[in-house]
Amino acid sequence: MKKSQQAYSATSEVGQIRERRTWVQIAKIELKKAPYSAWFGLIVIAIYLFVAIFAPLLAPHGEAEIFPASFAPWGEEFILGTDQIGRDVFSRLIYGARNTIGIALATTLISFAIGGSLGLVAAISGGWLDQLLSRFVDVLMAIPGLIFALMLLTIFGSSILSLIMIIAVLDSTRVFRLTRSVSVSVVVMDYVEAAKLRGEKLGWIMRREILPNIMPPLIAEFGLRFSFVFLTIAALSFLGLGIQPPTADWGSMVRDNASMIQFAKYDLTVALTPMIPAGAIALLTVAVNFVVDWFLHITSGLNDEH
Amino acid sequence: MHPILGTIVQRLFLGLVTLFFVSLIIFSSVEFLPGDFTQAILGQAATEETVAAFRAELGLDKPAYIRYFDWIGAVAQGDLGYSFSGRSASGVDRSRSVVDLVVPRLSNTLFLAGMAAIVSVPLALILGITAALYRNSFYDRSVNALTLTTISFPEFFLAYLLILFFASLWPVFPSLANVNAETELFDRIYKCVLPALTLTLVIVAHMMRMTRAALINLLASPYIEMSQLKGLSKAKVIMRHALPNAWAPIATVIAFNLAYLVVGVVVVEVVFVYPGIGQLMVDAVTTRDIPVVQACALIFATTYILLNLTADIIGIVTNPRLLHPR
Repeated sequence: MKKSQQAYSATSEVGQIRERRTWVQIAKIELKKAPYSAWFGLIVIAIYLFVAIFAPLLAPHGEAEIFPASFAPWGEEFILGTDQIGRDVFSRLIYGARNTIGIALATTLISFAIGGSLGLVAAISGGWLDQLLSRFVDVLMAIPGLIFALMLLTIFGSSILSLIMIIAVLDSTRVFRLTRSVSVSVVVMDYVEAAKLRGEKLGWIMRREILPNIMPPLIAEFGLRFSFVFLTIAALSFLGLGIQPPTADWGSMVRDNASMIQFAKYDLTVALTPMIPAGAIALLTVAVNFVVDWFLHITSGLNDEH
Repeated sequence: MHPILGTIVQRLFLGLVTLFFVSLIIFSSVEFLPGDFTQAILGQAATEETVAAFRAELGLDKPAYIRYFDWIGAVAQGDLGYSFSGRSASGVDRSRSVVDLVVPRLSNTLFLAGMAAIVSVPLALILGITAALYRNSFYDRSVNALTLTTISFPEFFLAYLLILFFASLWPVFPSLANVNAETELFDRIYKCVLPALTLTLVIVAHMMRMTRAALINLLASPYIEMSQLKGLSKAKVIMRHALPNAWAPIATVIAFNLAYLVVGVVVVEVVFVYPGIGQLMVDAVTTRDIPVVQACALIFATTYILLNLTADIIGIVTNPRLLHPR
């Protein structure tokens, strides 16, 4: 009798309650398998975030503190020298992390709030509302983003608030398209129909029925949008139309110190001063791209190999 | 009527509609300006007559829809209005016509963009096709890694890297591309090498990756496997069977990147102080010179839309399935 109890039984295995892994466990397992490029990206992002959060503690001098020595060389007091009006480049680099990343992050979040919610509404309600929103987005996307942003900046002036709002609205068109296209196939599922039939409101259906099912492509898109927004803001600041002085920002730091490159033959460190903020921008976008690549690889199960 | 013709006419019509709405958006940007912008342009000392005359010139006494048709009619005839700069409070008007400002700059920009396109399109196609052919080889992986990094770099970083190496440390090319109408062709090409190279690096990466992806996608389909199984050579499989179906996505990618060139040119022109339309627009934005900004935006947007339209049509015309309808 005892023996038969220990024998293998298919019903008992199927009947067993399978424990779900928490997302922390899943993250641990995936991190162990992660390729070097993803690790590199994660570590770089972590360092950037650390610097951005603790900027005032890390920076040796103030953000807009002006010293009598302008264009000072690299040295003990000014690690990376000073800029054209005598501000410490190293401190501005650290504060720049905070400003540039913070503004790009805020812009991306707003653009996802706008584009994501409108995309969901369009996919759920369908009909004329869907048509109207989609055609409107088509027209907006027919104008190149940077050009549109330049035009709007002429009208609203370049303050940080208008910068964030303009780029967020322009960028939300792409989020709208993605959200709409991935949720259209989820909307027709039976469980969404069931939720509609039992009388759930639009907000519930959006948050509880559809959003969890379209999360992976949206998160990957968040990374890509972030690096795109980050590059756009850097480009605008570089053109002198984005973040305005005295706020430290990598794009405008490149612009201010660009003329130092021509002295590379005499002193390489001088020429490197404008390259460092530009390199900081490049490094972060590379890191984000690596992580997004890895994330897409996990969630889609797709790869290039076939 | 041939079914292709119908589709093309439909696309052209859609393009026209888009163009109409885009011009509407660009036009209405003036409507959002604060009410006293005439004073801001003419200065505090402007007399009431001057302000009134300026307002009448802009047509601010007429309703908006009439102004739109006046404006679009003038644009269609090649008249883009007069710049806001050069006006003074006393009513003396030294402003220049926007066409005079834009035309020489536009030809400079087209020269630079053309130079980048002539080099980058064939290069990207060759790299993309060979990478797809030798998939997962060392060559493929290294090209991939290289292009992924150049994609993530901002244009000005690439531009300054090139300046650092080829204009400063090893001075072979000039870092300033200060051309004018009298510059000879060879001199012009020489001065444009670095800006064109920057643009090339940016768009080759994108085009190459998309070409490779489009081909790999196709190579996985059963009819390609069939042609491999019947013993065709690798080159023949690609040239004869894969490419005809890949032209549509590749054309889209090329047009998309040429359109991107139009935008990327703004930053590159500023870095190299190249007198092109991108720099003109940036200057106009700083001084809030609305007519110039509108003209530039209209030109950029029209180019963008036309290029995308061309890509659509090429995609339709080269699609073997549409060419031989059942």
